[in-house]
Amino acid sequence: MKWYIIKRLLQIIPVVLGVTLIAFALIHLAPGDPVRTMLGQHATQQEIDEIRDKYGLNRPLYEQYFIWLGDVLKGDLGRSILTHEQVTTEIGSRFPNTIELAIAAMIFAILIGVVAGVISATKQYSVADYSVMGLALFGISMPVFWLGIMLMMIFGVFLGWLPIGGRIDLLIPYQSITGFMVIDSIITLNGAALISVLEHLILPAIALGTIPMAIIARTTRSSMLEVLRQDFIRTERAKGLSERKVIYKHAIRNAMVPVVTVIGLNFGLLLSGAILTETVFSWPGVGRLVVDAVYARDYPLVIGCILIFALVFVIVNLITDILYTYIDPRIHYE
Amino acid sequence: MGSLNANNMKAGALAIIVCGLLLAVSLSGCTDNKPVVKEKVLIFACSGDADKLDPADVTDGESTARTDSIFEGLVQYKEGSADIEPCLATAWTMSPDGKNITFTLRQDVKFHDNTTFDADAVVFSFERQYNTSHPYFSYGEWAYWGYMFSDIQKVEKIDDYTVKIVLSRPNAAIMTSLAMFTVAIVSPTNAALWKEDAFKHPCGTGPFKFVEWVKDDHITVEAFDDYWRGAPKLDKVIYRVITDPSARLLALQAGEIQGMEYPDPASLTIIEADSDLQLLTAPGMNVGYVAMNNGYGYNDTNHNGMHDADEPWVKTPGYFEPFTNKSVRQAINYAIDKNSIVTNLYKGTAIVAKNGMPPFMLGWNDAVVDYPYDPERARELLTEAGYPNGFNTTLWVMPVSRPYMFDPAKIGEAIQGYLAAVNITVDIYQIDWSTYLAKTQAGEHSMCLLGWTGDNGDPDNFMNVLYGANQCTLGTAGNVAFYNNTEAQDLLSAALQTYDTTERSNLYKEAQVMLHEDAPFVYLAHANQNLVFTKNVDGFVLNPTARYFFYPCDMT
Repeated sequence: MKWYIIKRLLQIIPVVLGVTLIAFALIHLAPGDPVRTMLGQHATQQEIDEIRDKYGLNRPLYEQYFIWLGDVLKGDLGRSILTHEQVTTEIGSRFPNTIELAIAAMIFAILIGVVAGVISATKQYSVADYSVMGLALFGISMPVFWLGIMLMMIFGVFLGWLPIGGRIDLLIPYQSITGFMVIDSIITLNGAALISVLEHLILPAIALGTIPMAIIARTTRSSMLEVLRQDFIRTERAKGLSERKVIYKHAIRNAMVPVVTVIGLNFGLLLSGAILTETVFSWPGVGRLVVDAVYARDYPLVIGCILIFALVFVIVNLITDILYTYIDPRIHYE
Repeated sequence: MGSLNANNMKAGALAIIVCGLLLAVSLSGCTDNKPVVKEKVLIFACSGDADKLDPADVTDGESTARTDSIFEGLVQYKEGSADIEPCLATAWTMSPDGKNITFTLRQDVKFHDNTTFDADAVVFSFERQYNTSHPYFSYGEWAYWGYMFSDIQKVEKIDDYTVKIVLSRPNAAIMTSLAMFTVAIVSPTNAALWKEDAFKHPCGTGPFKFVEWVKDDHITVEAFDDYWRGAPKLDKVIYRVITDPSARLLALQAGEIQGMEYPDPASLTIIEADSDLQLLTAPGMNVGYVAMNNGYGYNDTNHNGMHDADEPWVKTPGYFEPFTNKSVRQAINYAIDKNSIVTNLYKGTAIVAKNGMPPFMLGWNDAVVDYPYDPERARELLTEAGYPNGFNTTLWVMPVSRPYMFDPAKIGEAIQGYLAAVNITVDIYQIDWSTYLAKTQAGEHSMCLLGWTGDNGDPDNFMNVLYGANQCTLGTAGNVAFYNNTEAQDLLSAALQTYDTTERSNLYKEAQVMLHEDAPFVYLAHANQNLVFTKNVDGFVLNPTARYFFYPCDMT
């Protein structure tokens, strides 16, 4: 197992090199120019040339890549062209927000999705099954943007129960330590902030978690149906185990491997930001950051974000693979 | 047993988390008991975050929306107007040759870092932008300097409270330009403290001082008690980022914010009907237009921003024979129903444009009679020009909404329809914004939608920048119709060097007559600027330059 993990960690190197190389080539080859975006409609050629020189954008592409790579090895992702801020600071200030939202959305998706999937599988072809699967279909096909606006209108404006957007009520004093607002408000024992932060998490988590929830529900259902038809389940029932025990102790655990795969993949996706949810709920996450950076052709920022996303994705996948061995002891890595 | 232990541990961890939460929640109750004086906090929702908070190093309205609370310049715009009045300078005199302006500075003004405002601060704020050997020059791009202030040769300190600005040639627009954010005065001490990172630690003399910036979320400024005009009535202004217009309006309706910019024009009726909200609306300093590529530009080989004798006129990549013909361009002006576009697509929050700059500006020519909507006349003109059966062309349509054109896609479709009625078949072409600008400035289009929002309130900032022959530079054209009329350019250049306003105004009027006759553009509209506040916010006055000044604001 130890060697397996080391091997997988070493595999990160070629993956990251490949991803950044492709990203570097794509963003530089795309038409458009960060300097022009920054200077606006009135820039003169001289100004454009001077600033392109300052950022080394007139060098050959391979040279720019190796310079960038050299800096990355020294831990320097450079500065954003548009905002002059360190790329690490730009990403670092958004990533905790994205992680908190992704976790909240996955908690929602897993709790509802797994329960709904199990109910629907154990009561196959019942009204409950049809309604759960109908809702799942609705969840997958619903545009996030529309769902977000609806949630805001209903729970924010009409009922007034929950805030419309943002991370916290800005009138509540709050001290940032780790950047994770839930954690910060707990360690500073700031109850008002904690309540506000949790309230602000609910609607975006539902909006963002709905599609993964639907996917998880459908995967759980089909996986459960498959497991429930297997011999060992029949044996357990024949042994006289109660249906509760059969399902909750034996069937679910065996059905979880594909579900964990789906959860891992979706979590990895959510960690690279959710542009629509972040836009609707004014959530300062990495999704908006990277999309704005692409529009502005802010090369260092785009490549920095992609590097981080690639790392996160690889690590989440690794964790998922390791989790298999706990869920199903038959799986083990050499 | 192993699993039992694990369960115990899980239960223990859960208990700790729950206790922590409960403790935190119960502590929050304690703080609520203290009597608190209610602060006047205005939360204003912007459509995007600031890029930087150094007023000299930004070009975007979102950055200046924040820096305008923090910084001030030598002069400022009068409330609700693009005319100027004294600010950090109390008076100024112009030398007879129009090349030296001497400013007397206000005394007893403090920066937010408690240092004193004086001539050194003024010289520092200017010099770092143009003096390439200045130690702070490399900390910014100073994008507006070359474009609007390059006539400033140097800025000199005469004594502690007197400075002299030396111009290389007379420039009638310079005083209005001095009210721009670009030349706001920054604290040299603060700049020395933060060096390259001063853009995120802004320090000026304005009514509000900087508190915090949480990226993509909010920027907070609070009242500066030692402000020279007296502390502002608001205790804090928080600029929140809410990118989606529907979400901004919902937040306003839910009472989470007290003001917002850029309401969706489609929701203006909802806003007007809401008794808790007030809509502030004023003519905007902008123009949205269709530019037809007249066919010729030049390469500015010596980078002087002017067309010289040794720089030949060459065909633009988007050269399209019919648009080199004046009758065709006039026909297109007749073929488009601007009134309908303004009513239906600008949702009435704009006025029809007949000249290339808005009516409230110096030199706007009311004597110009706009081309009426007359498809019949358009067909006649096309026949006269030798295109009785029309032709096929491509219209470039902006991929983004701008303050001068809210819905370019629909406007593009409308124009496609109007031109089809006079037998001109139009294909629509769209590409991302940064590429769009680059390619239209290189003259690759035959016809495109674009527009302009004024920077400083001076007519030169429309007429010369958008319609001058000098601006037909291939690759960086401001004049995207490539209207290379050197006679008109002569008028515009003369106007810039004329301090007498009547004389200057007449020169612009003459140029507008030429632009109308030659018809390189179809001027569509001047869009209004709209802000929405809750009813309890008083005193905010829209400025034509679309800058936000919260100093006079109060809340009840």
